[in-house]
Amino acid sequence: MQATRDFSHYVKHLGAGLAHIDLAVEGVSCAGCMSKIERGLSAIPDVTLARVNLTDRRVALEWKEGALDPARFIDRLAELGYKAYPFETVSAEAAEVENSRFLLRCLGVAAFATMNVMMLSIPVWSGNVSDMLPEQRDFFHWMSALIALPAAAYAGQPFFRSALNALRTGNVNMDVPISIGVILALGMSIVETIGHAEHAYFDAAIMLLTFLLVGRYLDQSMRRRTRAVAGNLAALKAETATKFVGPDEISVVPAAAIRAGDIVLLRPGERSAVDGTVVDGRSEIDQSLITGETRHAAVEAGSAVYAGSLNISGALRIRVSAAAEGTLLAEIQRLLDHAVQARSRYVQLADRASRLYAPVVHATALLTMIGWLIAGASLHDSVITAIAVLIITCPCALGLAIPTVQTIAAGAMFRAGVLINSGDAIERVAEVDRIIFDKTGTLTLPELDVVNSTSVPADMFELAGRLALASHHPVAAALARAAGAKSPLPGVTEEPGQGVRGSFGGEEVRLGRPSFCKAEPLADEILSGDPEASVVAFARGEKRYVFAVRQGLRPDARETIAALQRRGIAVEILSGDREPAVRAAAETLGIPEWRAGVTPADKIARIEELKRQGFKVMMVGDGLNDAPSLAAAHVSMSPISAAHLSQATADLVFLGKPLAPVIAAVDYSRKALRLMRQNLYLAVGYNFLAVPIAILGFVTPLIAAAAMSASSILVMLNALRGRRVRQEQV
Amino acid sequence: MEVIAFLVPLALLLGLFGLLGFLWSLKNGQYDDLEGAAWRAISDDDETPAAPKRGL
Repeated sequence: MQATRDFSHYVKHLGAGLAHIDLAVEGVSCAGCMSKIERGLSAIPDVTLARVNLTDRRVALEWKEGALDPARFIDRLAELGYKAYPFETVSAEAAEVENSRFLLRCLGVAAFATMNVMMLSIPVWSGNVSDMLPEQRDFFHWMSALIALPAAAYAGQPFFRSALNALRTGNVNMDVPISIGVILALGMSIVETIGHAEHAYFDAAIMLLTFLLVGRYLDQSMRRRTRAVAGNLAALKAETATKFVGPDEISVVPAAAIRAGDIVLLRPGERSAVDGTVVDGRSEIDQSLITGETRHAAVEAGSAVYAGSLNISGALRIRVSAAAEGTLLAEIQRLLDHAVQARSRYVQLADRASRLYAPVVHATALLTMIGWLIAGASLHDSVITAIAVLIITCPCALGLAIPTVQTIAAGAMFRAGVLINSGDAIERVAEVDRIIFDKTGTLTLPELDVVNSTSVPADMFELAGRLALASHHPVAAALARAAGAKSPLPGVTEEPGQGVRGSFGGEEVRLGRPSFCKAEPLADEILSGDPEASVVAFARGEKRYVFAVRQGLRPDARETIAALQRRGIAVEILSGDREPAVRAAAETLGIPEWRAGVTPADKIARIEELKRQGFKVMMVGDGLNDAPSLAAAHVSMSPISAAHLSQATADLVFLGKPLAPVIAAVDYSRKALRLMRQNLYLAVGYNFLAVPIAILGFVTPLIAAAAMSASSILVMLNALRGRRVRQEQV
Repeated sequence: MEVIAFLVPLALLLGLFGLLGFLWSLKNGQYDDLEGAAWRAISDDDETPAAPKRGL
């Protein structure tokens, strides 16, 4: 049975006879790839658009409806050497893109207004010290008002909205003093313009918005980039199911298109994307992702199968009871979302700063006004001076201090293979003094690997790999991968539950259980030395070989653990695996503290205990059973191969085989936190200098503008230092 | 100095054209792929794939 691939779920119909699909593409990294892909796809007749987006690593395709099957594009990309997957934009990402465009529009409007108001302000500043006519000055002020007021009303929306939201819930955030400052500055400037005064602050107000919008936009584009990568990864791991569309006809469809009551085929080596009941076939399934139980469970007609189960030996037909949204996995996820929300809310550094800052600034302004009134100044002059204090202290540099550092650090971590899932992760990673690793899939690689390949002759290894291609059994798949086998042997038959056999060069070849290949003594010898391994035997004629297959440690795990310990971080293993395996890993890696056979509840208990002792714990784990403890820890990290759920819970996700990104995350975060604090001190220090000048009533619009730009630029330059961390001397 | 009454609005109008141009380019999706745009500018990607190399 050859399955057809059905991508109609992903195709958008644009009208006018055109169809559109977005594909996430792996391995697009340069200009060369871009033109190669665009040319290769445009060469297909009836394709009207093929455009690569290098930032998001995606291809947008449009073609004449009905003329082509989308599967053809994926095949064409495969010929060009790229793996592509259909992609469905999730609503969260679409909102993120829309938001980022809105910020850019606001920034455009604010920048336009700033430049033009400046053009009008500079003549006023120079005219005030020479011989400008009051009528001319008023004209310039009115023109400034005409530009600044509508521009501020539009470009200030992100701040006004966020300030209102915060006030409604009875909180104060950075946007409250910003909004108050901008509105008062504009209001006062209008009053002053009506009164033919010398000074108006339209330029300061609109420039403040421009600088702050730069910070907001940088912050937003960092998050958008992470979202796009996460979205691509979701597409790469897109769950598909093989659905029966006729009695003997099957089609591969996305799990989202499966409905309750459908019948799906689950072949050996596949993971179920649906909950259901077996209607035909018998097999063993691995439910470790759901229950943590590593022993395989036998299933036959009538047994329940849950999404996430891995089929081991025989093909199953399953009647779907709940798909996608209704599965057990989705149910656990909902429970978890709840747990994450309940997690003690971490107050971000920026908000902590503004909680201190806003009352101090507003009190200073009020005291200034009262002071001048007592000293005998008029009400008008006292109010003007008080507002000048608010304008000069408006947290322009403060608003840029943290987002700029976050953006730079996130970019640097991205290049080191770390993706940031939650906005405040950097601050929390920087505080970590204890890291708990899960073993399986985190310290070890998730895929099985052949560990004794050197003890088998190379030609035998290759032949066994080619034979293994005929089987879907996970151990055989690992053997085929390790041998780098590409061409399957012809005429191979499978004996269910035993192995595969065929012939090569006139001799019979077999691969499977040791008993199937009559290689039990050899297998027992290997198992007695390495009880954790799975074995698969290979026989050619009279020759017998046994391969030991197990999860290997990540290549740089030992160095990474040592480097973390040198940084004063205590390392510990909490694993659900059996004691001998955990002990072996801990001894190899030089980790003194380890616990084996730990249940998810015990993991949480251990984390809570450490928290009570005052440790800031980072949890690094991948399995479904780690998800709750990831949520419980101060900060959490998952490898990209992790179960969906763990990845959604983790604050950071790391890519690739090495464990080194864990060090990168710690180093860059520590540096970033240091820079954020420095930036806050710089911004506050600037205020210390500027506020006395403002209280004494000497602030002119020129001083306000100069001070504001100087402090903002200083903070941004300091943030740029976050691109590099000192390389460790090994 | 009456010329100011004419020059200032003119300067604003020119600035406004710039702003409209920016908003148009934003709506047109020109800021969606900043990384790709940087590379497209330097790749001599003519529609004729087999452009003969000159010199050297």
